[in-house]
Amino acid sequence: MFLDFFYALRDHGLDVSVGEWMTLMEGLEKGLHRSSFSGFYHLARAIVVKSEAEFDKFDQTFAEVFKDVPFEGPVPDEVMQWLLHPKEDLHADLQELMMRTGGHDGTFEELLRMMEETLKQQDGEHNGGTRWVGTQGTTGYGNSGWYPNGIRIGGESMHRTAMTVATERRYRDFRTDRTLDTRQYQIAFRKLRSFSTQDPSAEKELDIDGTISDTCNNAGKLKLRYKNPRKNAVKLLLLMDSGGSMDWYAGLCSMLFSAATKSNYFKELHTYYFHNCIYTNLYEEPTLSGRTSVPTEWVLNNYGRDYKVIIVGDAAMNPHELVERRYDWRTRTYDELTGLDWLYRFLAQYPYMIWLNPEPLPDYQSFWTRTHTQLAQMFKMYDLSVDGLDQGIKALMSRH
Amino acid sequence: MNNASPQQFTGDTQYVASEDLLATVNIAMTLQKPLLIKGEPGTGKTMLAAAVAHSLGKQLIIWNIKSTTKAQDGLYVYDVVQRLYDSQFGTHGVDDIAHYIKLGKLGEAFSSDEQVVLLIDEIDKADLEFPNDLLWELDQMEFSIPETKQTIRAKQRPIVIITSNAEKELPDAFLRRCIFHYIDFPDKAQMEEIIRVHFDDLDERLLQQAMNTFYMIRDIRGIDKKPSTSELIDWIRALQAGGIDPYEIEKKIPFAGVLLKKDKDMQTLEKNTR
Repeated sequence: MFLDFFYALRDHGLDVSVGEWMTLMEGLEKGLHRSSFSGFYHLARAIVVKSEAEFDKFDQTFAEVFKDVPFEGPVPDEVMQWLLHPKEDLHADLQELMMRTGGHDGTFEELLRMMEETLKQQDGEHNGGTRWVGTQGTTGYGNSGWYPNGIRIGGESMHRTAMTVATERRYRDFRTDRTLDTRQYQIAFRKLRSFSTQDPSAEKELDIDGTISDTCNNAGKLKLRYKNPRKNAVKLLLLMDSGGSMDWYAGLCSMLFSAATKSNYFKELHTYYFHNCIYTNLYEEPTLSGRTSVPTEWVLNNYGRDYKVIIVGDAAMNPHELVERRYDWRTRTYDELTGLDWLYRFLAQYPYMIWLNPEPLPDYQSFWTRTHTQLAQMFKMYDLSVDGLDQGIKALMSRH
Repeated sequence: MNNASPQQFTGDTQYVASEDLLATVNIAMTLQKPLLIKGEPGTGKTMLAAAVAHSLGKQLIIWNIKSTTKAQDGLYVYDVVQRLYDSQFGTHGVDDIAHYIKLGKLGEAFSSDEQVVLLIDEIDKADLEFPNDLLWELDQMEFSIPETKQTIRAKQRPIVIITSNAEKELPDAFLRRCIFHYIDFPDKAQMEEIIRVHFDDLDERLLQQAMNTFYMIRDIRGIDKKPSTSELIDWIRALQAGGIDPYEIEKKIPFAGVLLKKDKDMQTLEKNTR
């Protein structure tokens, strides 16, 4: 049943690794849960959860999985038996886990082997109840009260069962799914890097440590050494949808933009704006005024394949805006290429390209979301949120 | 490595820890994993390491992380400049590189004969890469010095305590290796105990009044930088030294500057107490 807990945690979006689970097993084996249910809650949380923002997820999962355990009073036999003798269940659990994970994973085999060894070593040593390791509960630890050495704090019990703690959801406010600030964006952007000392345009710099070391080895006669500076070689092209349905997301987009520019981190960063879809012209300003227009052809010609491209837009448009050639009122002619053609040209030219969408992929189809669904199939599309940007950046580091 | 006598942290006369925290410290010690501590500023994250070291009778080594700190700094520094300087005068020992290798805090902790408590303070201050650069060293408890072809291996696995103010997110690979604890802000009962640890003779009325006012201020909406434990202690000290009448505290809030550090917060307080 505790393996179910493991999978429940993962289902709730807690990224628990097998390694961490093994650590938990090891902790149980060493009696760190003090043979109590609240001890188990606490031990599991300390090992599995790595941020106060995730306490709430953990609490929810815990409450769900162990919902049969009463708030007060005795813990059910089945659970208690396992807590008292985790080792017996452990082998069954491990075998089951191996079956579920396929058992072909070399690293997992390794873990299993290590686990077995630990178990062997501990036989006979840890069950008798040394000072604090043991499953028989002879420790100086209770489940309640405070243990500040030399200080006496009241007489009342601070004991609260794991279930009351878990169902209280005290950490709800720490959840960060929705909070966005430029700092988090900046951090996400920082992951977009490939350090290079191969940059031919960079001026060489004096390697002071190397020079001194060489000089020392050269009996004190000066010997200079130069090195290439280590610089981020990533070049970024940011294409942002502006106006219309995107006005809703203006704040979000400007946050992304300021994070990208503020970090001053890329070798090159160019931003262009478009409306709804990319056509013959792009614009340097979000106002999309004709003065700042740049032919899309020029952009494609000047920014080579090594640029990484991020398109930001809600992909919501009238389908004909995507597939029909646009009539240009100034020149009184039809554009040669449709929006879709232009997008295909971008896809063909840039192997590293993602689409960030402030609007999540719709659950059901409507007239305005048809293009969204279609473009989501063409591009690697991610939500414009911290999580989405994170995933997108990872995708940007590899070819599509 | 010596696992023979598991020691247990039960708190310290100078440090009041919640039961949860004590249990977590012991979990980390038993499983021999680094303990990552987060929490509001002023909840005693840094103090914890000192308390653990003190109560176990171990030496405490503190590695303060700054924005410029590199992982390498914690391992060792090769003082090439000194060596170059010495070489000009043919000082004895120039040909021995080991002479110019100075161990960093981590190196110090590894090479100590006794088990030590190593505090890596405010790890989030450093570069994003920093924690990843320490993975191997903290896992294996060893590192090598290529200059001297020497390997420094921990004689006694140190108890590693890491604090973070969550200014930056830490990398997953690093987090997976840690035991995590978030120090909650102490409630009134716990706070009272903490205060009593710091003051021998405290006027009961002063304590009660100061505590009430303190939690009142913390509850005011719109306070940016909420006062924390260390500020409360400073404040009580100031109140004591100033000989303030306990009954005036709640009304006048003397020395409010000790509690609130921002002009904006002071204004918010004035608005709310008027």
